[in-house]
Amino acid sequence: MSVSELLRNLEFGPAPESSDIAEQWLRKHERRFGHFIAGSFQTPDDCERFDSTNPATGEVLARLTQGTREDVNAAVAAAQGALPAWRRVDGATRARYLYAIARSIQRHSRLLAVVETLDNGKPIRESRDIDILLAARHFYFHAGMAQLVETEFADYEPHGVCGQIIPWNFPLLMLAWKLAPALATGNTVVLKPAEFTSLTALLFAEIVSDIGLPEGVINIVTGDGETGEHLTRHADINKLAFTGSTEVGRHIRRLTAGTGKSLTLELGGKSPYIVLDDADLDSAVEGLVDAIWFNQGQVCCAGSRLLVQESIASDMYRRIRRRMDRLRIGNPMDKAIDMGAIVHPRQLRRVSGLVEKGLSEGGDVHRAASPIPETGCFYPPTLITGLAPSSLLMQEEIFGPVLASMTFRTPAEGVALANNTRYGLAASVWSDNINLALEVAPQLKCGVVWINSANLFDAAAGFGGYRESGFGREGGWEGMLAYLKQKTPVRLKKRQLKEAGSPGQPGSGALFRIDRTAKMFINGVQARPDSGYSIVVRNPSGDRIGEVGHGNRKDIRNAVEAARKAGNWCLTTAALRSQILYYIAENLDARAAEFAARIVAQTGVAETEAEKEVATSIERLFYYAAWADKYDGQVHSVPIRGVALAMKEPIGVVGALCCASYPLLGLISALAPLVAMGNTCVLVPSETAPLSATDFYQVLQTSDVPPGVVNIVTGKCQELVETVARHDNIDAVWHFGSSELGKVAEFESAGNLKRIWAPDCDRLDWMCRSGGQGRDFLYNATETKNIWIPYGES
Amino acid sequence: MTPPISSPTDRSNLQYNPGCSLDLDRVASVRVNRSAVERRVKSLGGRRSIKAVWQAAWLLQAIKLIDLTTLSGDDTCPRVRRMVAKAISPVRPDILEVLGVPPDSVRTGAVCVYHEMVNCAVEARGKQALPIAAVSTGFPAGLTPFDLRRDEILRSVDAGCDEVDIVISRRLALAGQWHQLYDEVAAFREACGSIHMKTILATGELGTLRTVVRASHVCMMAGADFIKTSTGKEGVNATLPVSLVMLRAIRDHYYATGHAVGFKPAGGISQARQALLYLALVKEELGNEWLSPRLFRFGASSLLGDIERQLEHFATGRYSAEFRHALG
Repeated sequence: MSVSELLRNLEFGPAPESSDIAEQWLRKHERRFGHFIAGSFQTPDDCERFDSTNPATGEVLARLTQGTREDVNAAVAAAQGALPAWRRVDGATRARYLYAIARSIQRHSRLLAVVETLDNGKPIRESRDIDILLAARHFYFHAGMAQLVETEFADYEPHGVCGQIIPWNFPLLMLAWKLAPALATGNTVVLKPAEFTSLTALLFAEIVSDIGLPEGVINIVTGDGETGEHLTRHADINKLAFTGSTEVGRHIRRLTAGTGKSLTLELGGKSPYIVLDDADLDSAVEGLVDAIWFNQGQVCCAGSRLLVQESIASDMYRRIRRRMDRLRIGNPMDKAIDMGAIVHPRQLRRVSGLVEKGLSEGGDVHRAASPIPETGCFYPPTLITGLAPSSLLMQEEIFGPVLASMTFRTPAEGVALANNTRYGLAASVWSDNINLALEVAPQLKCGVVWINSANLFDAAAGFGGYRESGFGREGGWEGMLAYLKQKTPVRLKKRQLKEAGSPGQPGSGALFRIDRTAKMFINGVQARPDSGYSIVVRNPSGDRIGEVGHGNRKDIRNAVEAARKAGNWCLTTAALRSQILYYIAENLDARAAEFAARIVAQTGVAETEAEKEVATSIERLFYYAAWADKYDGQVHSVPIRGVALAMKEPIGVVGALCCASYPLLGLISALAPLVAMGNTCVLVPSETAPLSATDFYQVLQTSDVPPGVVNIVTGKCQELVETVARHDNIDAVWHFGSSELGKVAEFESAGNLKRIWAPDCDRLDWMCRSGGQGRDFLYNATETKNIWIPYGES
Repeated sequence: MTPPISSPTDRSNLQYNPGCSLDLDRVASVRVNRSAVERRVKSLGGRRSIKAVWQAAWLLQAIKLIDLTTLSGDDTCPRVRRMVAKAISPVRPDILEVLGVPPDSVRTGAVCVYHEMVNCAVEARGKQALPIAAVSTGFPAGLTPFDLRRDEILRSVDAGCDEVDIVISRRLALAGQWHQLYDEVAAFREACGSIHMKTILATGELGTLRTVVRASHVCMMAGADFIKTSTGKEGVNATLPVSLVMLRAIRDHYYATGHAVGFKPAGGISQARQALLYLALVKEELGNEWLSPRLFRFGASSLLGDIERQLEHFATGRYSAEFRHALG
């Protein structure tokens, strides 16, 4: 084309990135890859293979190996073999390895970017300027963490062998998010990349095999979901980390139930993008380009649900449509395009199918006027307005460049609509009013909030979801705990129950003691069991010492409703929560002797032991009263002019099945941290010794605890654990019971993917300061929400 | 929706901006989020890479958009004549020949001088179609008495200039005295008559982007044909964030009134790749209509030299040197 012709239209023209070096690399491997196990590529001739294709052209890039059970076994064995030595390597040395990985990524950054774009279809601009940079940054950050882990996490140790399964939307970046913290903390790894996009993982393995990392520390097995399943089921995996769809996450939750594997899940989302009437609308429109037209909308935290305040909606929509029409869609290897190819024909069919189905319910659609290549996996940027909260397109994660929108009237309604979802990954809030933005952000049920921005990431800030978007954080200080566990105390004391007399028995005094009915405690009042049945409580000798209500699922339902209604507890000041815990301790102390006697009666332990349990309970209340106003969030140092606030928030309604052998202390050890952090709770006390709990509600009633904050349901754990774990209005479960019931709890929690904490109870030393209390309890009583606040006016 | 301008040669609603009454609601409702604005311009370079023959075309266009400028205390008539000659023939003919472009089809958008140099420039231009622009109204500070500032416009118009670049009273914008600013600019507009009026906001002295946008709106309402960032004499001159918010203000004004106002970033744009970024931004935010000299100018003195080198590189495949191109 001649200059004169071009002068007439001034089009941007093509700006292609060369794929020569990447093609050379593929040819060097004869377009055929095996697994990376124990420091070398294993390329057996007789194995099942599958294609990795370029979605923009349909061209086959390479043949990859489908990981079999044997392959996974070999990789896990390699990781296990490498583990003892790798754990012993000191943090400073691990820091050097991680630093070397970061540097290697930088040295090969363009090759990694090109291979990523060829394999995934994302614009080369994104892989070059975002994915690869952030991946290197993640290793740098965790090189630092490796340096610090021994001093800053002195009470923690690595899990061991980690199984990591990553998605296709950010192949190398997700690898970095998984590997860096695992290696920094002394774990070894078997990682399975997504079958659509394994090439950068293999290239990464090749690049870092030059830095002298001990063999077996990193192993990479390629394959599809079946390979992932082998990994998930492997008995020698100690920790599983998965990023992907909520459905698969649910499956993994069930598969790992009761296996003792630690689990973190980073799942789907339908993140709200809230535009308030005082926002800079043009900037909010541009933010959408980053939110939903970034990576073709194939982003778990994509701002896919646009909520616009009614008064500005038509103006906003007009601006969005104009902006959309200027987006450039096409060959992702072109440096001047905004949107590349959808990852795979299967995903393209899913996106178009969902949109078609959704539009049959109504909605006004606008597709970007930009031209789109006729071949390859392309889908136009799409805006659908006029939807209702019930619309399929407002509810379902589309995972494509499709923005679904509706309006709201007031900020409160905007928040309500934003939270009207099963997911809780991220949100954007656009307002130029600091009062409004900072009021809205904490009310959003999600792990990340971007004020006046979208899709900002940095290794220093945690990322992860609430609700069915999963649990666990990646990045920041908070992300370290996904790869560490508290060390087991060296000497574990387990309580031995023995037969004994029962001082509280009716008829043991001169007069008959007045008959006492132990009830449940729901919504601040004593409640009879729904069933109308009671359970006899006996001491270890088998003598009857009382009765408690036989709780059933309706009692749990009532308790959860009360707990949910008491949700304002989290809005009270930490100082008040602290004061109330002190007050509970004060009132318990006044009745210490009586509580000790009750413990003796139920468990047969020596009086001194019972007195010690009461004293420890009182101390524990003081301990969490102390923490209530001191478990602070952080301000992360992220690379923006602004701050990222890592706020500690209560999880919400937590169901706790308390330790059986410590009737009072088991209850208090769960109650106190939960209440201190602003949660409301449903407590199922010791099944065999519930009378301390039913005595205890009188203490609660005299201690200014608002109704519904603490609810106590007595009954058979076997029956109640299932109801609690299955309850969709419970946000987390703590389980301190038997491992069989722990398995039930973990399995059933998959329904709404509630956070679950079911530590091996035998590993907790309740009477001990380092075992029965501490940061693990606080961590499990809170969510960390990262609120990104860019600022600047002049 | 694209602005209803049939072609770049359709001057019907581009001749000059008749302005409108002062709408203080629009001024008050301005919202600018600086961090978001900066993110937009930061990613632009990576999003819009202009290469090869396309780059050559864009750079030629950039030349047509330059107000070739000299605004120094030591300006003399011969110096201005040299610059006019360069403006009329900005690129070596052999380079244009390789590009396949007729030599007389490329000249800068205008030359821009102080009032005292207008006569020289008009003489030097002769019958050539090269607009002469005069900076005016007590440029650069704009702190001479109002009557003198208005009179300066009238004198430059008398001297035969085609365009006037006025400076606004920054103190009025900083104090939020929008009525006064509106009246002042409207008075200058009247003095300009049918002459094109560019309004210099001196954005580097306005403190915040919000004030820049408010002042932009007031100037456009008062009848500015162009809004221009800077005199080139402030500590901070044209920047991409400032340009982005001014372009967005122009768009809002256009959709509110139907009048297309031009944009002129000035000061600090000395490299071809910077110019490409500005043009990409303009195309993205406003469309191709604004890539014509009627609606866009660069205020620059050394930009042309760098563009010449890049064009020669395109023509020969060899990197060029400064001394291979005629001075202005």
